[in-house]
Amino acid sequence: MTEENKTKEEEVIAKLDTFDELPDAPPKRRIKLSWVGKISVAVVAFWLVICIIGPSIAPYHEMDMEGDDSFLDAYDNFYLGTDYLGRDTLSRIIYGARNTIGISLASTLLAYLMGITLGILAAVKGGWIDMGISRVNDAILALPTIMLGLIVIAALGSSIAILVGTAAVIYATSVFRIARALGQDIMVQDFVEAAKARGEGVWWIIRAEVLPNAAMPLATDFGLRLVFVVLFISSLSFLGLGVQPPASDWGSMVRENLQGLTYGSYAAIWPAFAIATFTIAINLIVDDISAKSGGSLAKKMV
Amino acid sequence: MMTQMVLRRIAIGFATLIVVSIIVFLATSILPGDVAQIILGQSATPETLAALRAELGMDQPGYVRYFSWLGNMAVGDLGISKAGGATIASLIGGRMGNTMVMAGLVALISIPISIALGLWAAMHPGTWLDRVVTFGTMCTISVPEFFIATILVLILAVELHWLPSTAYLTGNESFTELLRALAMPLLTLVIVVSAQMIRMTRAGILNVMSSPYIEMAILKGVPRRRIILRHAFFNAIGPIVNVIALNLAYLVSGVVIVETIFAYPGLAKLMIDGVQTRDLPLVQACAMIFCGTYVLLILLADVASILSNPRLRQPK
Amino acid sequence: MEKEKLFEIKDLRISAYNEQKEEIRIVKGVTFDIHKGEVVALIGESGSGKTTISLGSLAYTKPGLHFTGGEVLLHGQDVLSMSPIEQRELRGARVAYLAQSAAATFNPAITIGEQVTESAVLHGVLTQEEATKRAVELYHALELPDADRIGFRYPHQVSGGQLQRLMAAMALCGNPDLMVLDEPTTALDVTTQIEVLKAFKKVIREENSAAIYVTHDLAVVAQVADHIVVLYGGEIMEQGSADQIINHPTHAYTKRLMAAVRPTPTAGMGTAVGSEHDRKVPAIEVKDMTAGYGGIVDNEPKVPILRDVSVKVENAHVVGVIGESGCGKSTLARVMAGLLPQARGDVLLDGNDLEGSLHDRNLEELQKIQFVFQMADTALNPKQVIGDIIGRPLEFYHGYKGKEKHAKVVEILDMVELPAEFATRYPMELSGGQKQRINMARSLAANPEVMLCDEVTSALDSIVGANVIKLLTALRDKTGVSFVFISHDLSTVASFADEIVVLYAGRVVEQGPTDEVLTPPFHPYTRLLISSVPEMRIGWLEDTMNKREMAVGIAKGVEITKVGCPFFNRCPMGIDGTCESESPPIRVLNDGHEIACHRTVEELEAAEAETQQILHGYERIGEDKQLPSAG
Repeated sequence: MTEENKTKEEEVIAKLDTFDELPDAPPKRRIKLSWVGKISVAVVAFWLVICIIGPSIAPYHEMDMEGDDSFLDAYDNFYLGTDYLGRDTLSRIIYGARNTIGISLASTLLAYLMGITLGILAAVKGGWIDMGISRVNDAILALPTIMLGLIVIAALGSSIAILVGTAAVIYATSVFRIARALGQDIMVQDFVEAAKARGEGVWWIIRAEVLPNAAMPLATDFGLRLVFVVLFISSLSFLGLGVQPPASDWGSMVRENLQGLTYGSYAAIWPAFAIATFTIAINLIVDDISAKSGGSLAKKMV
Repeated sequence: MMTQMVLRRIAIGFATLIVVSIIVFLATSILPGDVAQIILGQSATPETLAALRAELGMDQPGYVRYFSWLGNMAVGDLGISKAGGATIASLIGGRMGNTMVMAGLVALISIPISIALGLWAAMHPGTWLDRVVTFGTMCTISVPEFFIATILVLILAVELHWLPSTAYLTGNESFTELLRALAMPLLTLVIVVSAQMIRMTRAGILNVMSSPYIEMAILKGVPRRRIILRHAFFNAIGPIVNVIALNLAYLVSGVVIVETIFAYPGLAKLMIDGVQTRDLPLVQACAMIFCGTYVLLILLADVASILSNPRLRQPK
Repeated sequence: MEKEKLFEIKDLRISAYNEQKEEIRIVKGVTFDIHKGEVVALIGESGSGKTTISLGSLAYTKPGLHFTGGEVLLHGQDVLSMSPIEQRELRGARVAYLAQSAAATFNPAITIGEQVTESAVLHGVLTQEEATKRAVELYHALELPDADRIGFRYPHQVSGGQLQRLMAAMALCGNPDLMVLDEPTTALDVTTQIEVLKAFKKVIREENSAAIYVTHDLAVVAQVADHIVVLYGGEIMEQGSADQIINHPTHAYTKRLMAAVRPTPTAGMGTAVGSEHDRKVPAIEVKDMTAGYGGIVDNEPKVPILRDVSVKVENAHVVGVIGESGCGKSTLARVMAGLLPQARGDVLLDGNDLEGSLHDRNLEELQKIQFVFQMADTALNPKQVIGDIIGRPLEFYHGYKGKEKHAKVVEILDMVELPAEFATRYPMELSGGQKQRINMARSLAANPEVMLCDEVTSALDSIVGANVIKLLTALRDKTGVSFVFISHDLSTVASFADEIVVLYAGRVVEQGPTDEVLTPPFHPYTRLLISSVPEMRIGWLEDTMNKREMAVGIAKGVEITKVGCPFFNRCPMGIDGTCESESPPIRVLNDGHEIACHRTVEELEAAEAETQQILHGYERIGEDKQLPSAG
């Protein structure tokens, strides 16, 4: 055996002795966004900022009928033209961001609060608690969301509180389903079993074992859910059953200005476009985070 | 075992319908406290209130009203519309036909297109066309239906003048007129429904494509076409049928928007009008029809995926 | 004798690229040849690149890997430089692949027959009729039950061992020049493994095909290989004839591998009973215990797993629980830990009755019994650092906090031979063996009396596993903790356990001190287990196989029965009319050695003498007489 081989052999054995085996520790993975993802984050951030400082930067008040006429193209300070009552479209979009995004965000947060609490509870407790909540949940889930919205609004009328509450309850059902499934997956993991065998209480298990492991998947789901809620609220508004005039909201703005389309006015297009930028950006971020190597095997086929 | 499972699903579907009816009934009858007050609003006088209450049967306990309502509905007696006093059955009749025609046409067009495109995208992952399809469908499902409709109106009606921007039917159109009237709402719904179906078909196939038995097929030298069509598709059939049913059910919400935007005289439009005028019996009836269809479609999906599973078809 | 060179791998290099586009070399220049009719074994532990190389011989890499150099020559033609279409024609027709888990690699939606014949028909090697006919011949050759009709079934309708053989039929159907077998018996039970191994060996010989056999198991290699290539970290450490590698290894790594192989279980194994930690009452004991899943009705579980089990674990002893998958060995540990309340019977800790459910046990009882899970990967919360994982039981049971807790964590890390800086790491940053040590450290931190170890070495490479067992023995000696060591591998258990409990279909068929259990008379099932453990000896399979079958009966499926002896349908000594209807009596031999069998000790001894005659011939009977006889 040559000298070189000898040292190599010693190296291998030394490695075995120090590491116990091949060091196969993977490097820590951090979320790295692609440029598409980064742009999307910027878009979402932009709208969130608009929500907060909107009224102070808008050229006009959302209800000011300052324009020369209705359905005008862009001129002077009316960068996006005027709407069917001669109000500044841009200002109404800026004000509307508050309603559309604000109501959606509030509903989604409320839905998460309810969904996660009940979902984790059902997963951890199991038994009849789980059975009971799940059955009711399945029944609500078995209905088209827009139908539920219509039924509730038919009965109660429309106000912001009712919108938030309705959307929250409707979407809490899907959050419940996901939180419960995640919870159940985690609950059967050996590390939870180990905690149970140790004698840990339910709250400790939820706090230290279940929630940290459910956080990331729930965060991505939050994005998707927010998109659904935005679409839901906008659709109701579009039907005239959501945010009530004269307050501005992207969905109702499309409805109000729909007739203008035939005169070639873009007043209905801009708010629709605003919704699209917000929802598409969120979806792109979620896609970027949860991008999987799906189909890598498919590329190997001939 | 399989028959048992199918029967179980049917039983669950039926139970869901019952729960649905309770929800619809509760939401529209008990939640508001005093419906009569709300219906009459400021014009309420004690006399009219009492009269309306008696008319609505509200002097009876809730469960009695529920069962009589359910019983009437089961025999086709949908009640009388508050507005105009026509029977709801007569209001719904023609409208339902219109909606069914639209939904049927959408299904007929979008199912083959979606499965073909979804399969194609799954067979060529990572190619630029796949990326275009993936990105395009993602954008479509991210935006509201009315956005798609508005853009279509802008392009096809306002800019190009190819199609009318409404689909209002008078009842005596010629066939070509009918087609032109229907084109825009159909196109909108096909785009919306197909986007979702393409995405889910593609994902379903790709999900199956990462299984070890697909790798084995590659290692056996099976050509790509055969891998997709024989090895992957048969395992993805359950999920795909599910997707189809779910999306046909999803049509429900699409229909609501599209009928409104194009003024199409369908059931959904009727229901929205009912909601706006707070014609509760009408809303109840429409909601039950929509929800019933939805539950039925989901049930079909469930049964189809049971039937497509060889583990259940061929017990040990 | 110079055979025709069939297949060559020359300086093969395969790499992956990480997100920073840096090259990570997986296979670093590997060269070996295969001649016609030869079986070459690639042996190595996880990360050695053996599977990557074997797939490379089909010009295939897993997604994300790339060929970066070298040649793969079949009949002198480089398959790596072929066009994709040519490569496709090669796969399945000239080079066939057999994967580790047949259960996952058979398509659940297609009949077995179509999958077996698919490749041969697609490549135009055979017509559909010819292929179907050949498949049935292969089913017969592979000794599959119901061979004429098995092709019409779906994969979920046959057992795992049968599927593994069916995959061999799938590979052989197109008459390939070369077969690539990737750990084809690893996922099987030991008694099934030997049947499959025998079938493989037989068809490889009959078909005179060449094969690459990938495995980590040296004893298996000794049975099938002509030539052995030892791999480590993507490089060849040593290669040579099977005889040279097995009997005269030269490389230090090969020697290390050989040293980690557990010796074949024989009489005289097991440490001497009795030590300084001895006490009067057993640390933990179960008495006439029945348990199962799906709820309990009238003291009877809906899905019974264990029936009338009685096991004692003395203080500072290692009790090995052995049995095949599904025999209930993990359930036994779960009942002891209180994770699964028993339906009937008692669990005693230090002679005191324990409640069945862990909710009803007090903190001290919980602390004294600790469970160590099989898979460290799932047993450690990925979101907690090691310091918190080990620190929690310290805090929970013993109230350690802050600096004191940290000092204790370091102390415990030291006990499992890991450095103190591991306390700040996440489980993901550790290797498999290190994680398993942390897994044990967490239980140790509770300062328990009994540690229940469920297959803790099964998922580890042999060298790493051997180190874990060394650690475990040292801990027992140092701390006086009792261990219940659950395993499917008799040689692992026999090498260090003080006592052995043999479980079959939820019942204890034999138990006692290791030495006694491994000494005749045997329960017929113990006999089957012992004779199923492959010996690290070339030619053992041929020597034993046929005789073994005569002596101990063929392996059939395990059935959990309500009455009678569950082993009856596989037992060569079964008494018709008795064994299937009556529970076997427990025959007590010396030193707490118990056998549950209708046959008397004398009958079992006589049967063993006969077995020995068949196995070793008449000339060795004289030696057998020298064995310490029990009775």
